[in-house]
Amino acid sequence: MSKRITLKKGLDIKLQGEADARKIFRVSSDLYAVKPTDFRALVPRLEVRVGDAVRAGDPLFSDKYRPEVKFTAPVSGVIDAICRGEKRQLLAVTVKADEKITYKRFDVPPAGKLSREKIIELLLESGLWPLIKQRPYDIIADPSARPVAIFVTAFDSSPLAPDYRVLLQNDAAAIRAGLEALDTLAGGALHVNAREKDDWHFPDNARVNYFSGPHPAGNAGVQIHHLAPLHKGEIAWVVNLPDAALIGRFLLGGQVDPRKTIALAGSEVTEPAYIETIAGARIGSIVEGRLRDRGRQRVISGNVLTGDRVEMDSFLGFYHQMLTVIPEGDRPEFLGWAMPGFDKFSMSRTFPSFLFPGKRYRLDTNYHGEQRAFVASGQYEKVLPMDILPVYLLKAILAGDIEKMEQLGIYEIAPEDLALCEFACTSKIPVQEIVADGIALMMKELT
Amino acid sequence: MKFLRSFLDKHKPAFEKGGKYSALHSLFAGVTFLYVPDRVTRSGCAIRDAVDLKRMMSVVVLALVPALLFGMYNVGYQHFLATGGEPGFWSLFLHGFWRVLPMIVVSYVVGLGIEFTAAQLRGHEINEGFLVSGLLIPMVMPVTAPLWMVGLSTAFAVIIGKEIFGGTGMNIWNPALLARAFFFFSYPSRVSGDKVWVDGLADGVSRATPLAEAYQGTPFTHDLGTMFWGLIPGSIGETSAFCILLGAVLLLVTGVASWKIMLAVFIGGAGTALLLQHALPDANPYSHVTVARHLLAGGFAFGAVFMATDPVTAAQTAAGKWIYGLLVGIVAIVIRVLNPGYPEGMMLAILLMNTFAPLIDWCVVQRNVARRLKRGKIPA
Repeated sequence: MSKRITLKKGLDIKLQGEADARKIFRVSSDLYAVKPTDFRALVPRLEVRVGDAVRAGDPLFSDKYRPEVKFTAPVSGVIDAICRGEKRQLLAVTVKADEKITYKRFDVPPAGKLSREKIIELLLESGLWPLIKQRPYDIIADPSARPVAIFVTAFDSSPLAPDYRVLLQNDAAAIRAGLEALDTLAGGALHVNAREKDDWHFPDNARVNYFSGPHPAGNAGVQIHHLAPLHKGEIAWVVNLPDAALIGRFLLGGQVDPRKTIALAGSEVTEPAYIETIAGARIGSIVEGRLRDRGRQRVISGNVLTGDRVEMDSFLGFYHQMLTVIPEGDRPEFLGWAMPGFDKFSMSRTFPSFLFPGKRYRLDTNYHGEQRAFVASGQYEKVLPMDILPVYLLKAILAGDIEKMEQLGIYEIAPEDLALCEFACTSKIPVQEIVADGIALMMKELT
Repeated sequence: MKFLRSFLDKHKPAFEKGGKYSALHSLFAGVTFLYVPDRVTRSGCAIRDAVDLKRMMSVVVLALVPALLFGMYNVGYQHFLATGGEPGFWSLFLHGFWRVLPMIVVSYVVGLGIEFTAAQLRGHEINEGFLVSGLLIPMVMPVTAPLWMVGLSTAFAVIIGKEIFGGTGMNIWNPALLARAFFFFSYPSRVSGDKVWVDGLADGVSRATPLAEAYQGTPFTHDLGTMFWGLIPGSIGETSAFCILLGAVLLLVTGVASWKIMLAVFIGGAGTALLLQHALPDANPYSHVTVARHLLAGGFAFGAVFMATDPVTAAQTAAGKWIYGLLVGIVAIVIRVLNPGYPEGMMLAILLMNTFAPLIDWCVVQRNVARRLKRGKIPA
């Protein structure tokens, strides 16, 4: 049965610079990359060398512990660099793109004849498998596992989020093919979680659930919590609708063709718009010439709550459908805590922002304070629409108490689900980092 | 302001690791009181809410100001009421101001001194944790409290009540109430009876608080109106229900204090007062104390608004806040009425419930765990 769920808790942070759905620009990049750092807990094994020629769909690296999970080139070209960080950690494999892209051909049987095993094999081989994530732990799905259900999130509720209707306006066939394949993978338990107002027409085999309410209503973790809370030992798979469309496009065309539309948003973008590009494009190629000239800026791959800080020579994140550009907040502010602060945004009512609910803000990256012990109570609960006690869960993680973490809900959350807690925290506690550490601890202790 | 900033920037390296004054690094961190630091987000959320602990605490300080100013005025008013003379408004206020200010200074100097030392010893940065406590401590003292006792009580509260538990955010008991409890049990004659509440009382003259009158069964001197506005003897900050109400409005509008706790304390207190008023035999003096008199007398309102709502020492779960608040109200009235030892029970009620708050929360957390285990499985 499909469900209608209205969430009350949460927070919509209204930022300046929402992408204009009427403007779609096409951007091609000179360099593309796949970054192992986009994947939680991945230990990559490199499969190419600098100078090798690759086609779109040829493997660049694979998972050291599950070699069948491959990560493939988004375009054809020549391996330009293998970037490494501290202790030779593999950061990125970059491909210098050909003028005309050549594709590796995959032998895909027609839609009706695809078995579960064949779909898994094809997705693993094509490098699209990592688009499917697993809960608990928010990691790449284990192809040998049997999920209780697959959840497809059909909208993004985060600040300045792109409208999936715009991203996927020409992808109806791909969406259909992708959802059908996911339905086969799920053994019939496919849930698509959408907003009523988007008015999608999904295939009949999917259970469509409608969510409304403020962010994080669009987060898979929150949706699963309300539809079918995960217990110990249960696994669910989650996919974003744009990624499901990529899977569908691959199955229809037999080649890896990760063109995607993303939003370029934020107060520092001259003309916030949608950008048509290819997965892994260089950040500079997308944002250069499109930014305002008013001081230092922060470019974020993803949204302002969960995205990664990136430089011009870095690359679009594997799972990201947007780039956000906001001002850096690296200026000390005289008696900032004592001023009325009309230009500041706060969920607490200690700033006047609560009197202007419709106002849009130009927020910067300043911390607005320093880290302290937990003091204020009740504020995390206001932005977490789950029956979970976040402070107690975080304290269990900090104490490394596995049993408590299990009891209090570590299996149900990803760092992104508690991102608003981190935003709102009076004590400036690094909530997402703590959750990530907790997940790493669980994976280490239980496998 | 530019000058100040460049001066600070110039001398900052000397206070950093390896610098000339690196031993005093925690002190330089106090610069954050002048300037919100230029630190930017690295990982996690790129943007952060504008609120911080300094902002929260300064709202509480602001909420205390009406009660504090009125307390100063009332000190002068009670003084001249007892000693005669009819000075004007400003003379009354200034008399009180000069009596109260030294207590505030002593409280802050002693408290901040200890906090700075503790931060220095631990290699922590100094923080704003004492901003509110430093003002609360003198406000819950009688105006006749000798300064050295104020200082000693403050030192006890900060060292034993806070720093040995790890400092701001880690304490079990409300520091200001702990200071008062130390004072109360160490020097009982200076904080109870009929002679300590009014400054400059002549020998042989006494001024009883409404609670003492209820306790002794003597006729009430003050009507409810006077008690509401606050021209009655009592601790410096606690007498005016009206000014406390102003503070409460600010705390609730800004959401800094929990409305659940505040409301629960009043419900618990009013319910218990009503019950006891009617349950007690006529001979018991408390059978004549109405609910309104209970809530307006002594430290009940002040405690409910400013002390019970301390987020660190109160219960922290939503359900826990209701239980904690109700029990604070109930226990406070029970101590007042049924305990033969003390006319006032608010301080002890809050400290007792501070002690039990973690247990209350533990029970609420266990219920959450049990409920989550029972949830339904995925629909097939």
